[in-house]
This record gives sequence, C-alpha cells and structure tokens, in this order.
Amino acid sequence: MTVLDTARTAAATASADRLRAARRRNAVRDAVLIAGLAAVVVALCTAGLVFGAKTLALPDVLRALTGQTVPGVSFAVVELRLPRVVGALLAGAAFGLGGMLFQTLLRNVLASPDVIGISAGSSAAAITAISFFGASGLVVSGAAIAGGLATALLIWVLAYRRGLSGLRFVLVGIGVAAALQAVISYVLTRSDVKAAEQATVWMAGSLSRSLWDQLAPTAPALLVLLVIALLAARALPVLRLGDDSATALGARPQRSRILLILCAVLLVAVATSLTGPISFVAFLAGPIALRLVRRDAALPLASALLGAIIVLAGDAVGQHLFPITLPVGVITGAIGAPFLLWLLMRGRTRA
Amino acid sequence: MSSHTLEAKALTVGYDGDPVIDGLDLTLPGSGITMIVGGNGCGKSTLLRTLARLLKPRSGSVLLDGSAIAQLPTKEVARIVGLLPQAPVAPDGISVADLVDRGRTPHRGWLGGRDHRDDEVVTDALQVTGMTEFAERSIDELSGGQRQRAWVAMALAQEPDILLLDEPTTYLDLAHQVELLQLLVRLSRERGTQVVVVMHELNLATRYADHLVAMRDGRIVAEGAPGDVVTVELLRGVFDLEAVVIPDPIAGTPMIVPVDVHRS
Repeated sequence: MTVLDTARTAAATASADRLRAARRRNAVRDAVLIAGLAAVVVALCTAGLVFGAKTLALPDVLRALTGQTVPGVSFAVVELRLPRVVGALLAGAAFGLGGMLFQTLLRNVLASPDVIGISAGSSAAAITAISFFGASGLVVSGAAIAGGLATALLIWVLAYRRGLSGLRFVLVGIGVAAALQAVISYVLTRSDVKAAEQATVWMAGSLSRSLWDQLAPTAPALLVLLVIALLAARALPVLRLGDDSATALGARPQRSRILLILCAVLLVAVATSLTGPISFVAFLAGPIALRLVRRDAALPLASALLGAIIVLAGDAVGQHLFPITLPVGVITGAIGAPFLLWLLMRGRTRA
Repeated sequence: MSSHTLEAKALTVGYDGDPVIDGLDLTLPGSGITMIVGGNGCGKSTLLRTLARLLKPRSGSVLLDGSAIAQLPTKEVARIVGLLPQAPVAPDGISVADLVDRGRTPHRGWLGGRDHRDDEVVTDALQVTGMTEFAERSIDELSGGQRQRAWVAMALAQEPDILLLDEPTTYLDLAHQVELLQLLVRLSRERGTQVVVVMHELNLATRYADHLVAMRDGRIVAEGAPGDVVTVELLRGVFDLEAVVIPDPIAGTPMIVPVDVHRS
C-alpha cells in the first residue's frame, strides 16, 4: 500500500488536474453530442416542411411560418406539414424519454413500454372505442391514454412484491401484452370491415392524424410532461447506484422512481394517443443513447432527441423512399425488431 | 475528534412476524472502529441497515446527534453518515472516477453545480484507496478487491463523519481483506472517521476492532474492547462454537482457535 503513504503532494495536484481535465473532456463531448443531435432534429424538421407531395422553396416555407400568406405554400406548410412535424417531434421525444426511463429504472432493456404491453393497452382501448363505439378524434385519444394508464397500473399491481423487481415487471408485462393482443384480435374480428380498417391503420402508428385539432390538447401536455420528466430525471445518476446507495447519498429512491415512472407512463400514453403505437421507438432510443453519451447526466436529453430523430427520419423514409406511402410505425418496426433480436442474442438486457 | 453521535434507542425492527431486532439499545463510542459480530441471522446487518435509515424500525428510533434520523432531512444525514451496502450495484460501464464523483451528491445543491472542492475530495478519495491509477477504468474491468476499494472511495467522497460498512470483506481473499481493514484503520486514526463494520470474520474483527458488539437473536449480548469481550464463554453463547482464545502473536489481541471435537 505505498500509494496510501503518499501525502498530498504535487502528484496529487497533478492527478486532480487530470481528473478535472478528463471530466471536462467528457462534458464537452456530451455537449457536442447533444448539439449534434439537436442539429439533426432541426434538419429533419426542416426537411419535413420542405419536402412533401410538392417540394417547396425554403424561403417560401420560412415566410409561411412567420405568418405571411404565400399562395400555394401557406396551406401545405402551416396546416399539413407543420402539425405533422410537431407531432413527430413531440411524440418521438416522449417515446424516447419514456422508454429510457422505464429501461433504466427497472434495470432491463426489455422493460420498454412497447414490449411490456403499455402500448398494447393503449391500442386495445383505442380500437375498442373505434370499432364498438364508432368513436373518432379526441375520444379515441382519451381511450388510448386511459388504456395505457390502466395497463401500467395492472402490471404494477401484479408485479409488486415488497419492492419492484425489473425482471418480474418484464415477465408480467409480457404476459399482459399477450393477453391484450388477444383482446385486439377479438375486437378486430368482431368489427365491420370499415371500422377494422380504421383500427388497423391506427395500430400501425402513423402521423397522418397529427393535425392541429389533435395537437391542441396533446402538444402542450407532452411539452409539460417532457419538462417535468427531464427535471425529475436529474436523480437518475444516483438512482442507478441502487436503492441502498441512493438512500445513503440522500436521495429518496422510492419516491423518485414513482414520480419518474408516472411521467414515463403519461408520456408514452399521451404520445400513443396522438400517433398510435409507433413500434420500437421507446425501445430503441435508450440503448442507443446509453452507447453514445459519456455521462449519465446527458442520458435523458439524448434519449428524447434520439426518439424524435427516429420518428422524424422514419416518417421521412416512409413517405418518400418507397413507391407507396408507408406509416412510420412500419419503418421503425423494421429497424427495431432486428435490434431487439440482436440484443437478446448478445444477452445484454441490463440497462 | 468526530463530533457526531449515532445511537439506537429501544429499537425493534422486523418484516412480518417475529422481529429481527427486539428492543435494542446501542450508543456508538464516537471514535475508532466498531465491529458488529454474530452468527448468521442474528440481526447484525438489519441493525446496520436501520442505523443507515434503509429500514424503518417498527418501534424505537435511531438518533443522530440526539434527533430522530427519520425526522432529519435525508440530504443532511447523508453529509454525516455514509454507507457501503453489502452488494452495491454499479451501472454498466461506469468509470471509477464517475462512480466516486457520485459520492459528492449530498454536498451539491438542487441545480447540481460543482465546485472546485469536489475534484479535490474525489482525488483524495481515489488516492487514499489506492485507486488513482484506475480512475478512468470501467468498474466491470476491475478485480473484486479493486471494485470494493472503488466503492469505499465513493463513500469517502461523501466525507462522512460516520462510515457504515455491511460485510465489506465478504468477496475478498485474505490479503485484500487485510488491506481493506488497514485502510479503515487509517481513516479512523488519521481523519477521525467513526467506522462501523458488520463483520463475518471473527478473527479479523477482534484484530481490527476498537469496540466489539456481539449479537444473538436480535439482541446485544456483549460489547466492549475485544480483549474484554472475547472469551470462551462468549463464543459458546453467541456462536455455539467450542474454541480456545489465545493472544494473537502479532497484535496481542484475542485470537480464536476452534476446537474440533472429532480430533481432540
């Protein structure tokens, strides 16, 4: 133990400086990463406004955005493309952040809301409303939110045994998801053709419903939830040390976890009510963010930005890259499913 | 040197059914190394976890400087009492420096701003535990002994006056056990940190403790200096162990040599 016997010397000062420099390097790197992701988001949003059925000139788009009436541009930009971009941005961020919170708090990558049945709960409630009650618009959204919340509560109650184990939560959640799939199949087989078609489109996860009348209640709700969740997620670095250490460091793990899970459930449920379940966004964003950031402190924001990027990019690909227009959920599913298999094969499910 | 006192008053702790700890009173000596020993299931870890406010007592209370610990702001307690849990979990891929840095959490404001002292304290904690050269390494790459030292460094970065450790030597080989205990001795002697350790290894406990607390069935059976406490009768009563006690050839502290009835 010769190191023990070293007093505070020049070597100690040097190593303090080295630590400080390393930390600053990591902080700068994460700041650059966040700025880079934000730039990609802005670029994708801009592309979403410029490209469409007709490609518009950027100056015209900007003028339309500032409220000037540009013939042949204003309607497409302000009434069609802008709400779609805003919806993709907010729903993507909500899925990304909500999914990451589930995965880290339950210490399991598979504990993502789209794997454990929370999205399936929203879907089951939404298509029941569509098929059996002929509902549309905000009523369907309300049903989706209620379905997501009820499913989360059900899983919580079934999985809770003097504390919450991530693995039990995942297993119960997968069981609940399977049951809800059965409900969805039942509803679809009992619906008339038109309602079934509507329900199927809803479940594919699409931004085509993202118009101002839908956004009016959901966008502010998502914005507020995102801010609250990002603030509450400041406890995440300490929570990740486990409940014992977190308590010893002066955190309140139980309380923080309940608050964060509640935020995550609401984020996912409200986002699903807007776009339907866009598959695998919640599942993908967290693990990718975790591999990109250097410090846990940057994880929440990086996950939210990555969620937005996946949805915006997926929608752009679905709209423009194929001869027919594909809903964004089809694209994200095509990327997400292989990623899930890859994670399972590598055996890396701890988050 | 240390100005804080931690005590348990009429403590009863338990989950369902019979309490694990029943009406226990304990006042920590205020300095030096206290080791809590006892057989499996005697309640020693439960006692430590209750002292660290991880468990809520059914009745009675833990007092820090005379005030009930449950009533004090948890962050304020965290600046005084540190803990190394029995099986701490580190997030995948976290670096030693990052882990140790999290020990500074209770000293930060709500906005989490760092100050210059944070780096000095972290550097110092790494140095004292001999972890400076591993600062940038990921925790998963370290050996068991190094990992345990990294967690001790995190607890030290918290700058606690009272440091609680729950069986810190369990997964270590003898050389690393001794190394860790010597580190605790230094902390206690040089910084005046009160160290409270739940120990499995009886001979190491008697060797390194200033104050020994022996428990059985959730009660304290004996406490005091190891030389006064460790007797043949105590070993029989607390551990159901037939043994002779001889002076340790190096330190002169009591050394326990079990008697094997099948051989003698």
